Amino acid sequence: MKSLDLDLLGYLHLLKVLAPEAILVVTALVVLGFGLSSSAERMRPLLTRLTLLGCLAAGAFLLIYPENAFLQNGMVVLDPIGRIFKLAILGLSFITVILSAASPVRRHFAEYLALILFSTVGMMLLAGTEDLLMIFIALELTSISLYVLTAYHKRSAASAEAGLKYFLIGGVSAAFLLFGLSFVYGVAGTMSLRELAVIAPHLANDPLMLAGIVLTLVGFGFKVAAVPFHLWAPDVYEGAPTPTAALVASGSKVAGFFILAKLLAIGFGSSVGMADWSQFRPGWLPILAIMAALSIVLGNLAALVQSNVKRLLAYSAIAHSGYMLLGLTSANVPGFTAVLFYVLVYAVTTVGAFGVVSIVERRRGGSQLQDFDGLYKTSPGLSLSLLVFLTSLAGIPPFAGFFGKFYMFSETLAASAPGTNPGMLWLVILAIALNAVSLYYYLVVLKHVFVAKPAHEIRLKAVACAPVIGALALAVLLLGIFPNVLLEPISNAVTAYTKEIAKPMQAR
Amino acid sequence: MILNATFLSAFLGVLLVLLLPRRFEMLSRWLALLASIAGFVFACKAFAGYDQKSAQHFQYVTQIPWIKALGIQFFTQADGISLVLLVLTGIIAIAGVLFSWNVTQRPRAFFAFFLTIIAGVYGVFQSFDLFLLFVFYEIVIVPKYFLIAAWGSTNREYGAMKLTIYSVAGSALVLLVTAATYAVSGAHSFDLMVLADHAHIVFPASFQVWAFPAMFLGFAVLAGIWPFHTWAPTGHVAAPTAVSMLLAGVVMKLGSYSALRVAMTLFPQGLEQWRNVIAVLATIGILYGALVALAQRDLKFVVGYSSVNHMGFVLLGLVTLNTIGLSGAVLQMFSHGIIGGLLFAVVGRMIYDRTHTRDIATLGSMHLSKALPFAAFTFTVASVASMGLPGFSGFIAELTILSGSWKPFPLLLIPTGLGVVVTVAFTLRALQGSFFAAKADGPPDPAGHHEPFDPITLPEKLGACLLMATTLGVGLYPKILLDPIMRSFDSPLMHQLIREVASK
Repeated sequence: MKSLDLDLLGYLHLLKVLAPEAILVVTALVVLGFGLSSSAERMRPLLTRLTLLGCLAAGAFLLIYPENAFLQNGMVVLDPIGRIFKLAILGLSFITVILSAASPVRRHFAEYLALILFSTVGMMLLAGTEDLLMIFIALELTSISLYVLTAYHKRSAASAEAGLKYFLIGGVSAAFLLFGLSFVYGVAGTMSLRELAVIAPHLANDPLMLAGIVLTLVGFGFKVAAVPFHLWAPDVYEGAPTPTAALVASGSKVAGFFILAKLLAIGFGSSVGMADWSQFRPGWLPILAIMAALSIVLGNLAALVQSNVKRLLAYSAIAHSGYMLLGLTSANVPGFTAVLFYVLVYAVTTVGAFGVVSIVERRRGGSQLQDFDGLYKTSPGLSLSLLVFLTSLAGIPPFAGFFGKFYMFSETLAASAPGTNPGMLWLVILAIALNAVSLYYYLVVLKHVFVAKPAHEIRLKAVACAPVIGALALAVLLLGIFPNVLLEPISNAVTAYTKEIAKPMQAR
Repeated sequence: MILNATFLSAFLGVLLVLLLPRRFEMLSRWLALLASIAGFVFACKAFAGYDQKSAQHFQYVTQIPWIKALGIQFFTQADGISLVLLVLTGIIAIAGVLFSWNVTQRPRAFFAFFLTIIAGVYGVFQSFDLFLLFVFYEIVIVPKYFLIAAWGSTNREYGAMKLTIYSVAGSALVLLVTAATYAVSGAHSFDLMVLADHAHIVFPASFQVWAFPAMFLGFAVLAGIWPFHTWAPTGHVAAPTAVSMLLAGVVMKLGSYSALRVAMTLFPQGLEQWRNVIAVLATIGILYGALVALAQRDLKFVVGYSSVNHMGFVLLGLVTLNTIGLSGAVLQMFSHGIIGGLLFAVVGRMIYDRTHTRDIATLGSMHLSKALPFAAFTFTVASVASMGLPGFSGFIAELTILSGSWKPFPLLLIPTGLGVVVTVAFTLRALQGSFFAAKADGPPDPAGHHEPFDPITLPEKLGACLLMATTLGVGLYPKILLDPIMRSFDSPLMHQLIREVASK
């Protein structure tokens, strides 16, 4: 590994590339400072605005600074695809902050916002690195902030339990990940993904390399809540303050899948393996295929019997992790493009769904199915938005979730040349069958919203975040009708990126 | 463009209805009526403007690239089959709005969901890109659920969920084959014309042999193929009147139309292998539907099972694979759409909303032919048409199907003929039992009604007259529909299908 050789100019360049993250950190510190004052409670709106402003500034900087960068042997990179994902993460955090403004978090609100910003910085670093160590550090920054955010309801036992569970399981998963990465480093002798890509073909059958891959995937399995490493998810989604749950479900998932895709495509690209029916060969593909199959089955079936909407969304999130892992088993560029498109669509949809849940929770005091009874009567706009989010999650057109799923399934099938060889057909059949099952539990929620008689006739007052939720619903609809708007940039960026890494090392 | 105006007007209707302020919510039915009439006018204009002499079988072509990553296009056009079904959709939409004029509970949501279904149906009948077709096909599912679960009657939540689960299971099969089609063909296209043209090259026989039954069955579930028909009676019975009319009138046709347009043209080799199985299932449906209808005590269930019976004819007609039988199948889709809609309108709106019972014996004790003469008249016309009496559309449709299936399935004609006889029996039984019972020998009327029923309203009369005139008109002059339909089977696309399979 090269030593850090930075002169003043180098530092300036680094600062420019990392300016968005720096802006967020500064904002977080300022917010923390304001929080120290005695009148912090009255400053809630000010703090919220400050945080939002920080996010906006970081996003604006990303947009006006379009130069690509590859610094310190890949420790910090900035490229079109990374920029799209950093912007997406910023957007999701932005919405989370808006939801937080309406949340029941009363005490230490400044610290709450600061933690959201810190975890955002972690996710953004994750989207902008190609270095194993940096991946680990960024993941930990994200996770540790999220542990605290989860346990933020100080008076709620459920929140504390969720935080503890998340922390313990997350800690174990971090250990797995670090162990796996150290194996990979030990065999390959490099931290850089691109150097790994050059060396790895010679190590494709090295048992230590394979062990490293397995351990790494176990670690990521925890992070994206794939079965059998999903046990934390239902408790965290249910117990955590709803904005936290929204961030866990959206931002952290986007970052997690982005870096997982990058790691698999570049770093482990040569140890793919095979997961065709009855023809398994070692590599990362069979592991993903099994995790995908288990997540899809267990997530969808367990969701059927939930009576709490947040818990139901947690199991649906597990199932969706399964679909996205399925997309990754295509192991080719179109398939990865499909996954990247889908994870963004999924994040937007989920954050919207959690937004609706948080409003209902605040007004009706819970997120059980009964609390949604007759929501349509009291707030039709919110109910229609929920209809859009949930039917999109169920994969019903014309919403974005449908096209996303269809794209992933088609590309996964196309990747393994069916007709001659059934390839991943078994997994796609499983996914489509259980996706049909999933409509049932989404419809149960919607039935409570549209059909059931309201138990109490409280009219939900218009809340600040209602327009945001409406806009998200509109986005889900429009992305379903005009997916090109998002797909073209992603697809172009991925193509550019593939060309970039195909260049020989010396050329850079 | 005129084709796209059909579903665009319906979507515009949805938007306007949703934007209505709460105070003016009763205006929503006028908006819905307006949107339906607009769609109908566009469909009729397209039908009238279709040039039968032209060498182009497909007209009104709109072809725009949509999603480049998968080669998906926005591709709509129409031949005679599409146009006939588009006109049917327009008629059913207008009649459906007229028969739901009395919906006072949340009318905005009701008509928004209603028009969404109409838009989806219009879309399916003109899509020639597989992906686009599937999108429209799926749009119909969720609104159906809410219309039944929220505005329905008997056992509505059960009926709604059952119907939805069947539809979704069917679509899952279609979705699977659609994704596999993309993967197998390698053509980077969902263009039905291109794929069907090269079906033999791009779809190996080993693929067709499982893809065809999966896709055909996926669509045919919606068409009520036996033994996957059980959603139909419960769903029809649970649904509010307008939705029963939509289900029987057009939604079931989505299944049979798509089975013809997609499954059969894309996988001719698979069709050849599974043809006999489908014919047998269709025949069982005809006979079984009729026999079960004969045993029902609930008038709406009688009509519900009669749908299974009539759709059996459609499916049988499809697999005859000759021009006569296929044209008969399409004509039967139109004919049953009108007649089924009419029957549900009488039973659900005119009778049940007034008497609050559908029990045939109880109805018989109410002297309905005197109390509600218009309802009795309409039901008589609908029954006669449904039995297949000459002069109505059902006669000519079923006759062509039977003559079409004479050659390929001579043995099946015996059970089918029996089915026709039983159809007459159950229809007469329902008609006589509920409207013209000689004396009131049924159980006493539970409501103990003495006050007269509300008179039949003007919207009901208008809707009923529209449907009756259509079935009579088509029955007397079937050429108007049969000519464009038969010509459509001359198009290279269909011609290839007929020749391929029939020659072997």
